[in-house]
Amino acid sequence: MRLSAFVRMRLITHNMLTSHVKGVKNGYPLVIKAEDIKEQETDFNPDFISRMITRIEWPALTKAMEMIGHTDQLPEEVPKDYETNNDFLKQAHHALMEIEVITGSLTCPESGREFPIANGIPNMLLNEDEV
Amino acid sequence: NMSKNRPESRAPPDIFYDQKEAQKYTSNSRMIDIQTEMSERAIELLNLPEDTPCMLLDVGCGSGLSGECLTEQGHIWIGMDISSAMLDVAREREVEGDVVLSDAGQGVSFRPGTFDGVISISALQWLCNADKKYHNPVKRLYKFFSTLYAAMKHGSRAVFQQLYPESPQQLELITTQAIRSGFGGGVVVDFPNSTKAKKIFLCLFCGVASPTLPKALGTEEEAKKKRQIKYVKEREQRGSDKRNKSIKKSRDWIIEKKERRKRQGKEVSINTKYTGRKRKPRF
Ligand SMILES: C[S@@+](CC[C@H](N)C(=O)[O-])C[C@H]1O[C@@H](n2cnc3c(N)ncnc32)[C@H](O)[C@@H]1O
Repeated sequence: MRLSAFVRMRLITHNMLTSHVKGVKNGYPLVIKAEDIKEQETDFNPDFISRMITRIEWPALTKAMEMIGHTDQLPEEVPKDYETNNDFLKQAHHALMEIEVITGSLTCPESGREFPIANGIPNMLLNEDEV
Repeated sequence: NMSKNRPESRAPPDIFYDQKEAQKYTSNSRMIDIQTEMSERAIELLNLPEDTPCMLLDVGCGSGLSGECLTEQGHIWIGMDISSAMLDVAREREVEGDVVLSDAGQGVSFRPGTFDGVISISALQWLCNADKKYHNPVKRLYKFFSTLYAAMKHGSRAVFQQLYPESPQQLELITTQAIRSGFGGGVVVDFPNSTKAKKIFLCLFCGVASPTLPKALGTEEEAKKKRQIKYVKEREQRGSDKRNKSIKKSRDWIIEKKERRKRQGKEVSINTKYTGRKRKPRF
């Protein structure tokens, strides 16, 4: 099978995804295990990033970076002036849009259910008894 | 019965959309054109803020034809689909969005308030089937709509295309569960009087009380009238919007095109009451 670098799970998607296994109250954030990670430059769109900041769970993003072995790259907290702070927006852009998990898994923090990631595609399909 | 010929009545989506079917989405130009045209219209109906890159969800993103339209308009998107063969094609096409293998009937597993808008092209009708013994369409639709509602920003819209006009029961099944999940909104019918060009879009509003909730469809006549009123309203609104573009191949679209050609100094035929009408086949 041909592998393209384009379909992947970026950290922005991880930041939005939750576990929806039956009975789980707080399936967030999913624990990342990454076997294969890529970094790929994408166009920096400060408007988009700054719009997204209020929607992003920042602690989950810094934790995700840690889990995949990128430490010391992000500030602990979103700076007050984030809308105009270009350096910060660039850092956030890199973390959210340019780091991609190709192979690995996502684990529900509550139930321990593992969702595999293969070829950059997380498999979130549930079994009959998990719905 | 026409429904026998529809793909949804033949096999579950993850089986129907196998490699062979998925390949059509890269090779069949008619298929691509249709998907693209419907996607563009759906995006238009989302009424997104101008010049603002948005975060969107594509339900049943498949090979990513609809997603590519979102990318073209400067948006970021996440796609979900139940068929891994279709997602493989998305990968081959090198789409820009991230995609997730998941079943809409099991719910949308994204955090509250994530999306500025949602589109779904030719996918929703699949949820009306009971493909597995334990499938209950009502429950699956409710699960889908209620979790979708939660994942959307208040004030945003979800636009679903291709609900078969011939099946009012299906439309009612869908809208009932959407309303139960908190959505308001209604049906927009493009070209209601043309069998070929007729397109139905279900426009759902999240967190917006709408006075025109689509109730159960009455008689066919009444339903037709209702749809037409909505259609006319919609056209009036669209007529006043900035871009002022008409639906492709419509009478207005043809007249506009003629105007453009005239301005360019080209020869055009005069407009008559037949302009933009479907011609009868000749033998
Ligand atoms: C006609 S295709 C549309 C493809 C896509 N919109 C495009 O433009 O390429 C319908 C898609 O809906 C997907 N689908 C059907 N049932 C689904 C479900 N329950 N959950 C998620 N996707 C589903 C199918 O796998 C298929 O890819």
